[in-house]
Amino acid sequence: MSSSTTPPTTDSSLVRSGWFETRKAALLRDGWIFVVLIGLVVFFSLTSSNFLSQANWLNTSSTATEVMLLALGETFVIITAGIDLSVGAVLGLAGMTGGWVMSHMLQNNTGSTAVVVGIGFAATIAVGVIGGLINGWLVAYARIPSFVVTLGTLGIASGLANLYSNGQEISQLPAWVGTFGNTNIGGWVPVPVLITAILCVITVIMLAKTRFGAFTYTIGDSEDAAARAGIPFKRHLVKVYALAGILAGIDAVLVMTRVAAASPASGATDNLNAIAAVVIGGASLFGGRGTILGSIIGTLIISVLLTGLIVINVAPFWQEVAVGVVLILAVFIDQYSERLRSRQ
Amino acid sequence: MVGQHTLDVVNVSKQFGGLHALRDVNLHVDRGEVLGLVGDNGAGKSTLMKIISGVQPPTDGYVAVDGDMKQFASPIDATDAGISTVYQDLALAMEQDVVANFFLGKELLSHNWFGRRMGWLDRRTMRARTTEQLKRLRTRIPRVDARCKDLSGGQRQALAIARAAAWCQHVLLLDEPTSALGVEQQAQVLDLIRRVRDEGVAVILVSHQMRDVLAVCDRVSVLRLGGVVTSQHVSDLSVEELIAYITGAKTGPAAEQARGDEGKS
Repeated sequence: MSSSTTPPTTDSSLVRSGWFETRKAALLRDGWIFVVLIGLVVFFSLTSSNFLSQANWLNTSSTATEVMLLALGETFVIITAGIDLSVGAVLGLAGMTGGWVMSHMLQNNTGSTAVVVGIGFAATIAVGVIGGLINGWLVAYARIPSFVVTLGTLGIASGLANLYSNGQEISQLPAWVGTFGNTNIGGWVPVPVLITAILCVITVIMLAKTRFGAFTYTIGDSEDAAARAGIPFKRHLVKVYALAGILAGIDAVLVMTRVAAASPASGATDNLNAIAAVVIGGASLFGGRGTILGSIIGTLIISVLLTGLIVINVAPFWQEVAVGVVLILAVFIDQYSERLRSRQ
Repeated sequence: MVGQHTLDVVNVSKQFGGLHALRDVNLHVDRGEVLGLVGDNGAGKSTLMKIISGVQPPTDGYVAVDGDMKQFASPIDATDAGISTVYQDLALAMEQDVVANFFLGKELLSHNWFGRRMGWLDRRTMRARTTEQLKRLRTRIPRVDARCKDLSGGQRQALAIARAAAWCQHVLLLDEPTSALGVEQQAQVLDLIRRVRDEGVAVILVSHQMRDVLAVCDRVSVLRLGGVVTSQHVSDLSVEELIAYITGAKTGPAAEQARGDEGKS
């Protein structure tokens, strides 16, 4: 297909780096993390017969869900050459807000379970959206670096989350909440995992197949090029941060339904894991590069490491060590393959 | 009717405080013609380019496209009026492929209702059109799915020019398109400029490369100290003469005449 466009004579660089070499470099860059994931699964399965059990799968998939939704949003943000340090804290604040609303409605006997849960979930997601919009506006229009903006909103959100009940979790929720989050379809697919899977598919399409995705890549690559091409990059940036916020809000709902309580500490450790997952997945913090599929694989690596180490009776703290090693290795291999490509 | 040409720059002046960056500049260019714009650093070339491409408004005078007076509030206005500009930095998205760059900000969406609502990209058509345009202009970009980063300097320049040419209805403004290139690539870019011209575009070439200007332009306007010193057909000019006009060693009879009725040359 591509060879049909080749004129009889071509100049320098592309002659030597043909289709195969380019694909090979791309495969080295993007494919190896998949190999790492498979390798981990094989290793843990051989080491412990419990790894492939239903219990461990449910455990792993729940862990993955929590990080995954943040990682999906973070992928868009990082591709625009930004970073969102606040989504984890926003997750906590959103959950506490929803929990607070539901517990108060329950105390005052206002409305049926459906109304209470409906308003509670809506409030949760709304907080996510508002958090995202504030981040986006400050980054795009106030022109404050995303690192600073989201470091600020990280503090604000986690502080506010603790104010609701003095740092305590809220567990006086309608019983249906816990039932919803712990329903396993066919015994293997918890509802939150199903919802996460659907959101994975939607975001894959958004980033790879739509104009929304194309704008996201272009803005991260060169804001000047985007502006000159007439792309409304400020408005788009707000949308990107809002998307990360919505996903954090949905994440808060799912976490709340799984543990049947809202905790101000929810999401606190997920944020850096999500960023690590996105970077392991091949996204560049300089923007313009990254895929949802990569971030999904990155998230799975982090989750499999955590539950796998527990299953084989290694202190789970080693997971953090292992994630750190994979993260640095990922960036090293990425840069190395880039250097290989540019040398061709 | 405020002008007779594809692009008219009429009595344009630009002041920054007490500084006269441009004084009463007149020039014009027609379809199928390349106008060279030369001058030393600080002569006002960049300011004039910014006015034509809508980055800055003139203090006095105006720009007219096809006889219609235009006021640009932004570069987007100028693009909409049919003036495309290729800046020195090319404004390419390096991590994206050739197709994405070709349709930057003008992505095609699927025709059906669902596709339009969702913003679904029509990659197949975008790919086909990119291939077609690059082929027609005989640019030497072998693969449209190559990342921009993996292209050579000449290929990037060719992509930027081909893209601008594809979207511009009237005027193509090129800023130093050959300055960063090797000898062979320079020649290729000049060929490309000729082909774009032959497709019926009015081209303005801003350049320091006198030989390139003489090789590819039909006429050339020399800016010095914010004014047009002379506007001549290149057949009447040598590199030495051009340099003499640029440095002020030669002022020429055209200098005075150029003030008021440059359009009649």
